[in-house]
Amino acid sequence: MAIRERLSGNEAVSFAIKQINPDVMPAFPITPSTEIPQYVSAYIANGECDTEFIPVESEHSSMSATIGASAAGARALTATSSCGLALMWEELYVAASNRLPVVLALVNRALSGPININCDHSDSMGARDSGWIQIYAENNQEAYDNFVQAYRISEHKDVMLPVMICQDGFITSHAVENIELLEDDVVKNFVGEYEPENYLLNSETPMAVGPYAVSNYYMESKKAQTEAMKNAKQVILDVANEFAGISGRQYGFFEEYRLEDAEYAIVMIGSAAGTTKDAIDYLREKGKKVGLLKIRVFRPFPEKEIAQALKNTKAVAILDRAESFNAHGGPLGSEVTQALFNAKCTMEVRNYIYGLGGRDFRVEDASNVYSELEALITEGKEIENYKYIGLRSED
Amino acid sequence: MKDTVEIRWHGRGGQGAKTAALLLADVAFNTGKYVQGFPEYGPERMGAPITAYNRISEKKIRVHSNICDPDYVVVVDETLLESVDVTAGLNPEGAIIVNTPKNADEIRPHLKGYEGKVYTIDAYRISVAALGKYFPNSPMLAAIVAISGVIDRATFLKEMEASYKHKFAKKPEVIEGNMNALKMVLQEL
Amino acid sequence: MATDISKITEKSPWQDLTEGNKIFAGGTSKYFHTGEWRTNTPVLDKEKCTQCLLCTPVCPDSCIPVKNGEREDFDLDHCKGCGICASACPFNAISMKEGK
Repeated sequence: MAIRERLSGNEAVSFAIKQINPDVMPAFPITPSTEIPQYVSAYIANGECDTEFIPVESEHSSMSATIGASAAGARALTATSSCGLALMWEELYVAASNRLPVVLALVNRALSGPININCDHSDSMGARDSGWIQIYAENNQEAYDNFVQAYRISEHKDVMLPVMICQDGFITSHAVENIELLEDDVVKNFVGEYEPENYLLNSETPMAVGPYAVSNYYMESKKAQTEAMKNAKQVILDVANEFAGISGRQYGFFEEYRLEDAEYAIVMIGSAAGTTKDAIDYLREKGKKVGLLKIRVFRPFPEKEIAQALKNTKAVAILDRAESFNAHGGPLGSEVTQALFNAKCTMEVRNYIYGLGGRDFRVEDASNVYSELEALITEGKEIENYKYIGLRSED
Repeated sequence: MKDTVEIRWHGRGGQGAKTAALLLADVAFNTGKYVQGFPEYGPERMGAPITAYNRISEKKIRVHSNICDPDYVVVVDETLLESVDVTAGLNPEGAIIVNTPKNADEIRPHLKGYEGKVYTIDAYRISVAALGKYFPNSPMLAAIVAISGVIDRATFLKEMEASYKHKFAKKPEVIEGNMNALKMVLQEL
Repeated sequence: MATDISKITEKSPWQDLTEGNKIFAGGTSKYFHTGEWRTNTPVLDKEKCTQCLLCTPVCPDSCIPVKNGEREDFDLDHCKGCGICASACPFNAISMKEGK
């Protein structure tokens, strides 16, 4: 029986951590993810879970200790945001290349500078090439559900890669909303006990982790890593299907909202997708054929599936909540455009940047994007390829 | 009543506007509704103007933007009327509730031409009378429930009593005072 | 997954590498003969050696084995010929000869 509750996104993820009861959680506080180690510490202090919590002196150390714990044979995790993730940079690559199935609860926040505590995706988008699986949430429910699925993906023998479970800082992390929780035993049975095949504390099989690889080995080991990322696609779908069986909630690589017959589509990630859904319902009532493709899994990137889902549209707007400073668009824009190009799609594509540093994204903003796409097609109106939403400007 | 009622809270850091918004979300949740309660975060600290929001609906809430066109505005600190545009976007069919000893006619000139309903509640007087201390939270919460009608009054009192019993399990002596504060507001509005 | 790493060489295809390049064996450095790198070789003069054992701990490659409280001859499979032992010996009992 599902438990009807109201929790913030941080509470929801912490609750999932408590239910999973991992072995080790090193963490260092940073806004807006601080509440996660706080809540987990309280659960531990109250005897509700027996995770070993390690207070460390920096995020460099929290990820290092998470890696060490995982290599030793523990189910390990940490949580962070923004500059905390940036300080983990070196270790992110180490976790992935050592093929350690750790999980990171990331609460997305803008990177400095200017220093800012509010939401955008610049932290995780910067880490997109570190070899981590990245799964994003629209709301507290998805953050919880994604976290419950995380270890099943990371620890799968065909994958063995770290997983980042991302949600939007403050917008979902600090917003109390309705949620349906699973019962403890349902979560525990679903996630299962962690039984690593090899680990440092296993005296039966001595092993070494993280050796130097000369040039003659480096590319081969990167190829093996990328194959694991490819394997993750099927595992993510299998785990999602099994999760649907216990929760009634079906997930995939992305969610299509009224996309099937849509002429104009928005592609985006995270909490603003919910806002866009309201715009879609409003515009559909007025007869506009508009739809949404909300990315859940950004790494591995579901290239072919995205192109397939968008192929019948006339125009696509890709909305990035991060800059990439390539001077022609954002990271999601680049990847979706590549997917469409490779699939020989010829619809119009525009890339928008929105919501940086917590800039509000409203129903009207989504409606305006659809209006621009329509004007582009029906009136031949010129729309810049790369454009900011909600920007103050002299022109 | 439309599907979703949107409420915006204006207060100062430390006055409990965020807590009040979360409490309102709690109570509405307990009556079976879909809720959102969230503050707008920045580097603000004690005393700085802060904003918090509620959406309360019969349907699942998907919007994740701030509330720019609220149905109701609650002003927890009267001094904010001079520095913050509290009626910005406020639905003229809705209402604003201000914590002040003044009456609505005295407050209206400070509301930048807002033409909707204006209510005032003297949370200081009520709080001190009922609790012996100044906690504007409970009176303002009762005021928004009374004015907006998002929860019927009897259910609200029942839920709040349960919530206080849980929250103040270790100091039951304050439960009655808080309940009295709520009831005094409901009688006035 | 535990693989016999002696079967992995610089010619191995990527499919044959261990996951994350993990090495499933202990003390594998002994199979790697760093002695091949040596250009100078230490020679022990047993007449001068007093078995003070000051040479043993300074060897960076643990190539001076000790048995029953006395040092034995050099492990030339792994000695890189750095000469630190020769410098450390207070009795000039170790000299460095050119070549292997």
